[in-house]
Formats: sequence, structure tokens, C-alpha cells
Amino acid sequence: MTGSPDDPRRNGQDPLIHFTGVTKTYDMGKEQIHALQGINLVIMPNEYISIMGPSGSGKSTLMNIIGCLDTPTAGRYEFEGELVCDVTSETVTRMDDDALAGIRNRKIGFVFQTFNLLARTSALRNVELPLVYAGVSRKDRAVRARRALDQVGLADRVDHKPSELSGGQKQRVAIARAMVTSPAIILADEPTGNLDSTTSREIMALLDQIHAEGNTIILVTHEPDIAAHAHRIITILDGQVDRDEQTGLGKTA
Amino acid sequence: MIEVLRIAGSALWAHKFRAFLTTLGIAIGIFTVGVVMAIIEGLNQSFADQISHLGSDVLYVDKRAWFQGRDSWINARQRKNFGIDAVEYISARSEYVSHISPRIFQRASVKYRDKSLERVAVMGVHSDMVVIAGQEVELGRFLSTIDTQHRKNVVVIGAAVRENLFENIDPIGRRMSINGRKFLVIGVLEEQGSMLGRNLDNMAYVPAETLLKMFGSRRRNITIALKASEPYLVEEAKEEVEGIMRRYRKLRPNQPNDFAINQQSSLQELYDNATGMLWMVAVGIGSIALIVGGVGVMNIMLVTVTERTSEIGIRKSLGATRSTIRWQFLVESMAVSALGVLIGFLSAYWVADFIQKSTPLAARIPPTWLGLGIGVVVVVGLIFGLWPATKAARLDPIEALRYE
Ligand SMILES: Nc1ncnc2c1ncn2[C@@H]1O[C@H](COP(=O)(O)OP(=O)(O)OP(=O)(O)O)[C@@H](O)[C@H]1O
Ligand SMILES: [Mg+2]
Repeated sequence: MTGSPDDPRRNGQDPLIHFTGVTKTYDMGKEQIHALQGINLVIMPNEYISIMGPSGSGKSTLMNIIGCLDTPTAGRYEFEGELVCDVTSETVTRMDDDALAGIRNRKIGFVFQTFNLLARTSALRNVELPLVYAGVSRKDRAVRARRALDQVGLADRVDHKPSELSGGQKQRVAIARAMVTSPAIILADEPTGNLDSTTSREIMALLDQIHAEGNTIILVTHEPDIAAHAHRIITILDGQVDRDEQTGLGKTA
Repeated sequence: MIEVLRIAGSALWAHKFRAFLTTLGIAIGIFTVGVVMAIIEGLNQSFADQISHLGSDVLYVDKRAWFQGRDSWINARQRKNFGIDAVEYISARSEYVSHISPRIFQRASVKYRDKSLERVAVMGVHSDMVVIAGQEVELGRFLSTIDTQHRKNVVVIGAAVRENLFENIDPIGRRMSINGRKFLVIGVLEEQGSMLGRNLDNMAYVPAETLLKMFGSRRRNITIALKASEPYLVEEAKEEVEGIMRRYRKLRPNQPNDFAINQQSSLQELYDNATGMLWMVAVGIGSIALIVGGVGVMNIMLVTVTERTSEIGIRKSLGATRSTIRWQFLVESMAVSALGVLIGFLSAYWVADFIQKSTPLAARIPPTWLGLGIGVVVVVGLIFGLWPATKAARLDPIEALRYE
């Protein structure tokens, strides 16, 4: 790719995420649903991106593919220069399941609209979980999980079950869980979708802070004032990138 | 690994009652086999004790073998009975036989004054029988050659007969009646206990000739009990007696034996066959219960996997690999079956203990059982947990996360 007109490298840095013609089509028998139609996208380390667009435009699908939870039906996806998958009409090259699980575990932190915490499990255990799968020792796990919960301001709630926490507190636990492995990127799909505006502001302050510490964040939202926290806003329409603009907040823009 | 156990433990704890019910099938299987095993162990113990009374150097010449198929049994019924003269015939010709006695069996009722006993085993024997049977005379004396030659009405009684008829009385010199005929009690035997639930002391010895005179000698089957002069000569004695008996029966060289020479080991064989059957029934019931239990485990695991689809999605999104998820559910199904094994094992242990304390049977569960139980856990848990666990492992993370 080097030297081609659309060289993804900027300032000599390798991109974190590189999408080329990524397409997702759901075959529903009679009709086909084109959730994503040939997305080209380059995301550099330490970017802060908002993804906007009407409902059903394909935002969640895009996030899931970035997060290696889902695979495209066509196109090429590289993560940190490593080929995640390359699907053409003739050939399919993709990482095996365990390698994908490894990327999800070590490189990606998810924050979901519905929190997705394990019920009947303490906040601490929830935050420890990615470390369990990473094979971190029991002692290290507890130390790191406590530190992460401390960072989101929940040091006094470590033993609470999700049912004993408010929505905002649950989302803080989810954020702690997403960042406990120090991933390369945090993906937040409508993290404030289920929260009131005050709580939303607290959560966004947390994400701003995480970004300021050098993390890459991609955030899906319907609310312009939430999106405005980001340095770059990508608008998706019918599975295609409609607009891709810098907000002027970013220093490197 | 500890982590996986912890996850399985808390998942089971969340559905304690369900896990308990699921596990009952396995528990029942383990329990059945456990109790039967304990009983067989107990039987083995008392059988070994009892069989030693017979003595390994004792042979029993009989019309038929103790243990044989049905056809040869019918065949053996048509054989001619031995006469009591066979005893004299063998003893006159044998080198290796040191003691010999006929053994004629008759059930009879015995009576002393107002006390009586029904169905007592009255055996017509010669004076050597006490040595052959390895018994001891506790009071008085055993039958003598004179008693048998003169067909005297004398009797040596077993401990149970003494207890029932002569409580607190010295029986020696008393006259008791056997089927209405008066007999003089000349001796009492030491107590023998019981074998396979039968009281061995509910018996009496009378001279063989007296018994034949009293009950008639026609159509009566006589067994000849004999003892080799030395324990290591028992095989020689057997061969020798076989030859003598063929001459007694006037068999031509090409004719098969129309008698059998039994010994302790044939009884062992019979016993092994009987307990073997018991074993097979137990294993049969046990395996059916285990399969039913295993299907129960599989069913509950499928329900669990479905219920916890979104949990599986969350775990996968956090980086759990397929094999991690598979192990999580396998360990859970193994833990359910382990619970079953534990419940079954403990209750079988308890019942065995109860049997041991309340009956003479030394029922006990051999320690090897714990190993077997653990084997069952692994096999049942793996076999019946594999499909649900694989199903869980194969779930698509996106679909699992979206599952309501
Ligand atoms: N498993 C699926 N099977 C069929 N169609 C699907 C599936 N998942 C998503 N779609 C379709 O793909 C399109 C994009 O869905 P997606 O969830 O990405 O939208 P979205 O932009 O996140 O919407 P929202 O803002 O409501 O969350 C929609 O038309 C949706 O119906
Ligand atoms: Mg969505």
C-alpha cells in the first residue's frame, strides 16, 4: 500500500484501524439487508471519534466489526497492521477464533448501552473478568481491578452486585472493565443511551479523561452535545460514510 | 482452573435445588451399585468364613455335581443312587483317603417333652464325619463304629437343637424323639453359626444305618464325604476315588462317569456365579440410572446454556475463547454429576454401615469405590456435558449478546 495515493500513514504513524471496502450484508432469504456498503476508514492511535447517524444506518454493525465481534461479508480489515480479515468474492482470509478472542481480550474494551455486566457478580469480579481470560494472576487481578474501579470513582462499591448499583454506576463499572486491560481502543456504543443528562455528563467526563491519558475512543451517539466531546465526527447513512469531519478540538487536526 | 471451578460453583449455587434434582438420577445409580457392592462384600466375608468349615481337603462323592447346567442335572437325576456299601467299597481300596463317611440327609421334626422343632436337618453319618466336617463335640461324645454297626438309636445334636429343646438341662442321656422314634442323646456339637442365612446348628447326626432303617433305603440319595490323608494329596485322592467309583459302578472305559466328585472349590464356583448375577443386575440398574441421570444433566445443561446466552456473549466479548467457554460448562456438568456421586456414595455408605450394625453381614463399601465414583463423574460429566458445552462454545458473540 505504501506509496499509493491513499496511503493510510499519517505523520509516519501506522494506523490503528484500517478498513478497505468493508461491507456487511444480511441475507434474509427473500431480501438482502445491506448494513454496511463499502466503508473505507482509517483511525489513528489516540483519536477521539464520534459516530452518528439515523437508527438502522449501520453504526452498531460498524462497531462490532471494529471490535472483532462480527466479521464483514466483504472487504479488508487490518488492526495495528495485522490482517484481521480479507474477504473478496473469491477468497476468504481471516484470523481464527482464538486469535480474534485474543484481540478482544487484550486490545479492545467495550462499553455497551445496556452495560452488559454479569448479574449476581460483584463489581470487582466483573472488572476482573477480562484479566481472568488474559491469564493474569489472582493477586494482580484484584490490584488492577481495584485501581480501575478507583479511577471511575467506585472504590467504595467494589463488592456491590449490578442490581445494587444505579445506571450511571453500572456504566462506570463497565468503563472500568473496558480499560482494566489497558486496551488499544475503547468502543462505546451509545454509552449514555440509558442515562439521564447529568449522569451522561459524568460518564463523558470520564471518557474525556481516559482519552486525555492517551487512549483511543470510538463512541456511537445520537446526541450532538455528546458527539461534540470527540475530535472527529463520522456520520453514517445507509451503511456508507456520509460525512467525516474534525471538530477542531483535537490538537493534531 | 481454580477460576473455572469458582465460576461453576457459583453457577450451581444460584440454582441449588435444580442442581440437586438433576443429580438424583446419578445419585440413585451410584447408591444402587454401592449398596449391592457392600452386600456382596459382606457375603464374601461370611462366605469365606463359612466355606472354611468345609475344608479344602474334603471331597464329596455324589450322584451329581453341585453346580452344573440344567440338562446335565436332568440327566443326573436318572442316574442310579449309590448304596451305602460304596463307603466300605472305597475305604477298602483307597490309599489316600484317611476318613470316610456317608451323608444321608433327612428333614425331620424333633421333640423333647413339650418342646419341639420342625424341619431339623437330620444326617445319617459314620463316626469319621466329625473329623471330616471339622467339628468339635462340646458335650458327651460323637457316634462310634459300634453305634453305626448296631444301628443304635443315638443322636448327636447341634447347638440350636440343644438350645431349643434342652434349655438349662444337661441333654446327655436324655431321650428325645425324631419323627416319633426315641433317640438317646450322646453328644452336643459346638456352635457353627450360619451360612448364607441358614442356621448350621439346626441339625443332628444319627448313625447312617439307623436312619436308613427308619426312613427306608430305597430311592435315597447318599453322599459320601471323605478326607484326604494330607491336604496336598487331595488331587491324588480325587483321582484314586474316581477310579474306585468307576469300578464300583462297573463302567466300561468308554463310558462317562455317572457320579461326581465335588469339593469346596465347586461351592466357590456356585457362589461366584450367584454373586456374579447379583453384580450384573446391580450394574444393569446402575447404568440405566446413570444414563437417565446423564440425560438429566444434559437437559439441564442445555437449559442453562440457553438461559445464559447473554452471559456467554459478554464473556466472549471480553475475550473468552471457545475452549474456555466449553470448559466452563463441562466443569459445571461434571460438578453436577460429582454432586450426584457424592450423594449416592454417602447414602450407600450410610446404608452399608446400617446393615453392618444391624445384621451379621459385614457389609462395607470397598475404598476402590471412591476411585470408581470419580471415574463416573468424569465420564458422565464429559459425555453428557459435551454437547451443551460445545453448543455454548460455538455461539456467535453478536447473536449471544443480542439474545433476550
Ligand atoms: N442479525 C441481523 N440480521 C438481519 N439484519 C440485521 C441484523 N443486525 C442488524 N441488521 C440490520 O442492519 C442494519 C444496521 O443495523 P445496526 O444495528 O448497525 O443499526 P444502528 O445504526 O446501530 O441503529 P441504532 O441507532 O438503532 O442502534 C439495520 O437495518 C438492521 O435491521
Ligand atoms: Mg446501534
